Amino acid sequence: MRRIISVLMENESGALSRVVGLFSQRGYNIDTLTVAPTDDESLSRLTLTTTGDSRMAEQIVKQLHKLIDTLKVNDLTQGSFVERELMLIKIAAFNSDSRAEIMRCIEIFRGNIVDVTAATFTLQLLGDSDKLDAFLGAVRHIGSIEVVRSGVLGIARGDKFLRQ
Amino acid sequence: MEKLSGGEIVVRALRDAGIQFIWGYPGGAALHIYDALFRQEAVHHLLVRHEQAAVHAADGFSRATGMVGTALVTSGPGATNAITGIATAYMDSIPLVVISGQVPLHKIGQDAFQETDMIGVSRPIVKHSFLVTRTEDIAAAIAKAYYIASTGRPGPVVVDIPKDITDPSYKIPYAWPGVINMRSYQPAEKGHRGQIKRAVQKLVEARQPIIYSGGGVIIDNASDHLTKLVRELNYPITSTLMGLGAFPGTDPLFLGMLGMHGTYEANAAMHEADVILAVGARFDDRVTNELEKFCPEATIIHVDIDPTSVSKNIDAHIPIVGSCSTVLREMLSLLKKSNRDNNCDTSSWWEKINQWRDRYGIYTAPRHAASSEHLIKPQDVIRVLYDVTNGDAFVTSDVGQHQMFAAQYYLFDKPRQWINSGGLGTMGFGLPAAMGVQLAFPEADVACVTGEGSIQMCIQELSTCTQHRLPIKIINLNNSALGMVRQWQDMNYSGRHAESLYENSLPDFVALAEAYGHVGMRVQQINDLGPMMEKCFSLKDSVVFMDIVVDPEEHVYPMQVPGGAMRDLWLNKNEKS
Repeated sequence: MRRIISVLMENESGALSRVVGLFSQRGYNIDTLTVAPTDDESLSRLTLTTTGDSRMAEQIVKQLHKLIDTLKVNDLTQGSFVERELMLIKIAAFNSDSRAEIMRCIEIFRGNIVDVTAATFTLQLLGDSDKLDAFLGAVRHIGSIEVVRSGVLGIARGDKFLRQ
Repeated sequence: MEKLSGGEIVVRALRDAGIQFIWGYPGGAALHIYDALFRQEAVHHLLVRHEQAAVHAADGFSRATGMVGTALVTSGPGATNAITGIATAYMDSIPLVVISGQVPLHKIGQDAFQETDMIGVSRPIVKHSFLVTRTEDIAAAIAKAYYIASTGRPGPVVVDIPKDITDPSYKIPYAWPGVINMRSYQPAEKGHRGQIKRAVQKLVEARQPIIYSGGGVIIDNASDHLTKLVRELNYPITSTLMGLGAFPGTDPLFLGMLGMHGTYEANAAMHEADVILAVGARFDDRVTNELEKFCPEATIIHVDIDPTSVSKNIDAHIPIVGSCSTVLREMLSLLKKSNRDNNCDTSSWWEKINQWRDRYGIYTAPRHAASSEHLIKPQDVIRVLYDVTNGDAFVTSDVGQHQMFAAQYYLFDKPRQWINSGGLGTMGFGLPAAMGVQLAFPEADVACVTGEGSIQMCIQELSTCTQHRLPIKIINLNNSALGMVRQWQDMNYSGRHAESLYENSLPDFVALAEAYGHVGMRVQQINDLGPMMEKCFSLKDSVVFMDIVVDPEEHVYPMQVPGGAMRDLWLNKNEKS
């Protein structure tokens, strides 16, 4: 099962490498990883996605918590949550047919066109990972593309907080 | 406020952390620190011959005393040589602080002379690490290092210090941080009260209970609590390799070690138990054998300070995260308060256990062939060692057959008496670890039980023993082979001894010991063993190297059958349980 795990940790050099090292050392996969400082600059918030059964998820949460720099760890997939991923796509669009189709698609998926040249469109799309996958499936036949994805961000629904 | 340089701060911080002894080896990046060491007397430095030994010696010191061990090495090769020692301590949860010199800050990343990314290299084998980048941060980093190393589940902490921040020309006011408070690190101490109650209830209702204790009990100084609890319950207890001595080895409630080379009665009792109280143990693969076949009937109560150890390999029915000492103390007080009229009768369980003991136990009758005049059995060497030292010596060991024989036949009655590399299985550990023990207890008998393979992995430390007058006794079980490798090759590779035999290439250990200024003895006949061992331990001020020729054909038994349950054991070369 896919897991989305949030980590609140000290914003210190070496902290991220300990998280990444933990995953390779213990044989867990990281599918996506995002990290940035929070509103409190001394802390970083990290969101990672991985797949594993409940025993592995429990071990991952415990192992992450064991790292000295870690303040809080939460497996979001244990409750209800909001997830978002940002994707930038550059797509070759030479003729009016393909340009029209791309514009239709991006409207359907409620994305934006953020840059245009005579031969390309650059698009921006926000949503959960499934939606981004679906969009890529819809436009891939149009022309060669370049894709940049942010990795998943997640936050729990309701009044649960992951704060210091 | 007094002004100190970075190098002076390192040494002053060590003093203020209560550190009296450090082991190490100087080199370029650490020279400012070494100069500061030279100009004071509070912190004594012991020079080793190889950085691996510095860390093992600090480790042995820590295991024997419970205090944090400290090593100091230089950058590059000094740091990488320390790695095996750090990994050894990490696997056995030993509190150490290893300070490594680093190239100056502006040279980091330039592939400078003797540069290694110590933080990166050591990352998977430390509890935590610090790369200190300002002179102002040195004292805090060292204070945190000792705090982290010694609290919660202990472990080694590396402090990597670039040379330029220890420069003698830059002085700043020094203040020792004292109490450390880290918002991201607050180890659990007390176990959950409700869980402890449930556990005690389960224990008193058990019909076939067993206590399975591990190294965590020793690390947490919880042996007294464990012993009281087990005696109050009057239940059988077994121990891991790392836990030996936490409960008296000569007590009739003790079934001996469990696991791969554990006794039949301990392994069979585990397999048939209805309740297992695991305390400070981690269900290591050398204990459980095949996980699917592990203890099918047992309700498992698991007490450990590290949540990641709980339900990692074996699911715990009643997990209790907390320190062994606090949880055991609470269990004992609940037990005394509880109405034990509903306590189940365990006499038929004891009857069963005693039958196993009579049938297969290594303590009820010798299960190996006797020594003959010219062929000494290694087990007998350990028995003689036990008798001569009245069971009271510190015993360090290396890794292999000799280690298992020592664990089986030297009955440790006290915690911290048995010092070996259990988790990592580091050959070369025994001699430097013994130096650390002898430093801590100058008057005590310290025996390093080793083999001719292991001892050669850190034999250069015989010179360190000379320099610092550490009169350890080396009990070398010499079978001219890597005994445990050879045993596996006998059992699993049709006796093809690939690279496990020394073929007359061994040094004359007696002459070698004498070359270092020590006493050497060679024992080849069983009748000489007792008197020579007596003489060895009567030479209080000398290092004595006893090179004892033992039966090269001997195997360690019992031995778990691979892929089996705990109780599936080879009892000797021809017989399975």
